Amino acid sequence: MTIASSSPPFRRRGDGVLAAVFIAPAMLGFLVFLLWPTLRGVYLSFTRFNLLTPAEWVGLDNYVRMVNDPIFWDSLGVTVEYVILNIGVQTVAALAIAVLLQRLTQSALLRGIVLTPYLMSNVVAGLVWLWILDTQLGIGNEIIGALGVDRIPFLADETWAIPTIALINVWRHVGYTALLLFAGLQAIPNDVYEAARVDGASEWRMFWRVTLPLLRPVLAVVLIMTVIGSFQVFDTVAVTTAGGPANATNVLQFYIYGSAFGRFQFGYASAMSVALLVVLSAITVLQYRLTRAGRSDLG
Amino acid sequence: MAATTATTPPTPTDMPAVRPTRRRLSLGRAAAWTVMGLIVLITLLPFYWILRTALSTNAGLGADPANPLPVDLTTSGFERALGLQSAEEAIAQGGTGGGLDFWRYLVNSVIVSTLITGCQIFFSAMAAYAFARLRWRGRDQVFGLFLAGLMVPTIFTLLPNFVLIKQLHLVDSLLGIALPSLFMTPFAIFFLRQFFMNIPHEVEEAAFLDGAGKVRIFFRVILPMASTRILTLAVLTYITSWNDYFWPLMVSYSDGSRVLTVALAIFRAQTPATGVDWSGLTAATLIAALPMLVLFAASARRIVSSIGFTGIK
Repeated sequence: MTIASSSPPFRRRGDGVLAAVFIAPAMLGFLVFLLWPTLRGVYLSFTRFNLLTPAEWVGLDNYVRMVNDPIFWDSLGVTVEYVILNIGVQTVAALAIAVLLQRLTQSALLRGIVLTPYLMSNVVAGLVWLWILDTQLGIGNEIIGALGVDRIPFLADETWAIPTIALINVWRHVGYTALLLFAGLQAIPNDVYEAARVDGASEWRMFWRVTLPLLRPVLAVVLIMTVIGSFQVFDTVAVTTAGGPANATNVLQFYIYGSAFGRFQFGYASAMSVALLVVLSAITVLQYRLTRAGRSDLG
Repeated sequence: MAATTATTPPTPTDMPAVRPTRRRLSLGRAAAWTVMGLIVLITLLPFYWILRTALSTNAGLGADPANPLPVDLTTSGFERALGLQSAEEAIAQGGTGGGLDFWRYLVNSVIVSTLITGCQIFFSAMAAYAFARLRWRGRDQVFGLFLAGLMVPTIFTLLPNFVLIKQLHLVDSLLGIALPSLFMTPFAIFFLRQFFMNIPHEVEEAAFLDGAGKVRIFFRVILPMASTRILTLAVLTYITSWNDYFWPLMVSYSDGSRVLTVALAIFRAQTPATGVDWSGLTAATLIAALPMLVLFAASARRIVSSIGFTGIK
């Protein structure tokens, strides 16, 4: 910011004391509930800890156990399957909605409607779709039946459960993602489209040649955020399938939760959290590099 | 993330409206409108369907699952969810008879969400002001550290935070649920800092010449100017804390600190896998979701336009 560097007369002396006062509450929250727990989580992952007795240092035991734990690898696999389905469908759908909102109409009402599922909690969204997709009485299966297809036990079947949960969460989150992308689209100057149209480009061609390249930096950041969020799926699983059938939806967070609060293995649960943190950091860095998120084609 | 903060695109409300050029209704546009209509349908139909189910009887639902209207129109599901029915009556209607006091959870949810929203935004605004408008050594480094906090996944801090809350003897209390998000989130600070940075210095200088100190300028000039942004952030924060499930599930054990999301999951777990009390369950779902729908309806016009890319970076 160029404005910030020019110093008006009254700003000559520093604001150290005032700044310290203003930042104190936020700093307290940051140190106590974000930085300290992060460090403590890493420490706990090297201990055996059940809340009742003091944490006991066990070195790499938890990590060795994790690497040899088939359920851990299963749940990591299930989580990755969920993330790929959820992010894949959500990104394409959100992009489509954002472009439709941008190119078709600027209606604030439509934007509001698209956002409504985001107001529901994951618990509510899970319950709503649990009912709609119920094998016996759900309207979803009634419609499928009317089309002449056999009933599908969406959440009770090992192959269907994860895709179903992924789509439920797409329903809840796609509107918010679409609005973020829509805001990014608004920043693309209209003359770029005008120029393309003069050149005789079709809407389809404009999407691929204008919209997508210019939206890329925004898309990259949104993608990184949604992937991080998506890896942390828990609520929907907890209310719909509770990890079943036969561990088919035992996502990593659910397994971590069970280890901590079901079996009181806080050390082991912390080690798996560290693993999740490492995976997420690696994905973030990789995504950031691959999509060259920092650079904009606009400038 | 640091690199993305370098550019500051204006908020969408500042942009000249990009009007789609009026063209005759082509086949492509008709198809696009059809897709849009389909999206609206998929978005809204589930809401109608839970309302229709909540107003039906369980017996009716079993007999006529595809009826688009409520079957045997009744408010019995709502009475059951709100604990207004006797146990015998509830069981006769297909409920469990296990009492759940949704009014109480509603009040708990309101207390927790209001506390979090009020405190978090106020403290975050103070910090954002210090990061955006005050000059002090190490400012950008400290801000960078806060931003890095965005990358830490929630699950990672939940277990150690639980241990801490337990040591503070705040488990199973509303304060214990609220405390970790009471002071700030990196997101809130970032969201407001972006706005504060773009306020012209002349505004501050004028107030300063009138004899106002910086504290006064913050409360009387900066905060009022940011009211739409703060409203947007408040609604988003309220929705997030209202909908939170994982953390309250960890910390809350009894009715005194139970919030709606947790209560709803318990209500669901209580009904047997065969013969679920769908009418009661969907009624409870609506009760849990309604306050957010009302909040959104009241504020949508302003916040929908102000959820912008500047906010998420």
